[in-house]
Amino acid sequence: MSNAITLNYHIEGSDFINAGNASSQIKKVLQQLNVDPKTIKRIVVALYEAEVNVVAHAYKGDISAEITTEDITITLDDEGPGIVDIDMAMTEGYSTASPKVREMGFGAGMGLPNIKRNVDELNIQSEVKVGTKVVMKVKLS
Amino acid sequence: MKITEIINILGCKVISGFDFIEDATIDAAFSSDLMSDVLTLDSSRVLLITGLCNLQAIRTAEMADIKCILFVRDKKPTEEMIALAVENDMVILQSSLSLFRVSGMLYQAGVQPVY
Ligand SMILES: Nc1ncnc2c1ncn2[C@@H]1O[C@H](COP(=O)(O)OP(=O)(O)O)[C@@H](O)[C@H]1O
Ligand SMILES: [Mg+2]
Repeated sequence: MSNAITLNYHIEGSDFINAGNASSQIKKVLQQLNVDPKTIKRIVVALYEAEVNVVAHAYKGDISAEITTEDITITLDDEGPGIVDIDMAMTEGYSTASPKVREMGFGAGMGLPNIKRNVDELNIQSEVKVGTKVVMKVKLS
Repeated sequence: MKITEIINILGCKVISGFDFIEDATIDAAFSSDLMSDVLTLDSSRVLLITGLCNLQAIRTAEMADIKCILFVRDKKPTEEMIALAVENDMVILQSSLSLFRVSGMLYQAGVQPVY
């Protein structure tokens, strides 16, 4: 696509003050592009859960979002402990979250299932003690 | 139900959203301290009732298109939370009552549950 928009953000682990900033910025861009509000909600709910996961479970990460007229592809690439068993992590209720994360209103093991439910395509790759890469795609039209 | 009716029923304080409180309405309410649970709702015009008083509660409402939050047990929103709520045109209410109590009062007054 010739006129694709690419947006990049950085996330720091344990930074609960700024958790959600990238999701908020991307939401504003999607609103400016007149994307259907229901679609925007699906995208930002999935993205926000994924952003919180980097803050909650990893050391740092980068988000890049590529928006075309057809779809949005968001990649969250983090340095962190990685996920040992991705299928297990995808199970509703499975969580290794710290008490600090639970204080923030997360850590019930619903994040990855929430992401899965809201996106059209989800790909998770992880290497233990290296990091995790989450790629999600949602159709815009 | 109009937000002004909710304020009357609970006798709660208004923290932000003074400009549009007169016209604000909700179709249903949801009580939770678990933000991932709030993020599963697909209904709009929901009142979020929560004891979780931090920035992530406002962020969650932003992502979930929730325009009205009621904080219970006298939890006071910080300046940063209020700024974020104002930026998102949200009504923020604060009550000294408990989550259970305000939920019961609003349910009795006819506010619909999400589920
Ligand atoms: N980016 C990540 N890096 C390392 N581990 C992760 C990451 N995302 C998820 N996980 C692991 O998967 C589990 C389930 O994630 P999730 O469903 O979002 O639940 P929660 O974040 O509430 O624990 C987490 O508890 C954690 O063990
Ligand atoms: Mg999570």
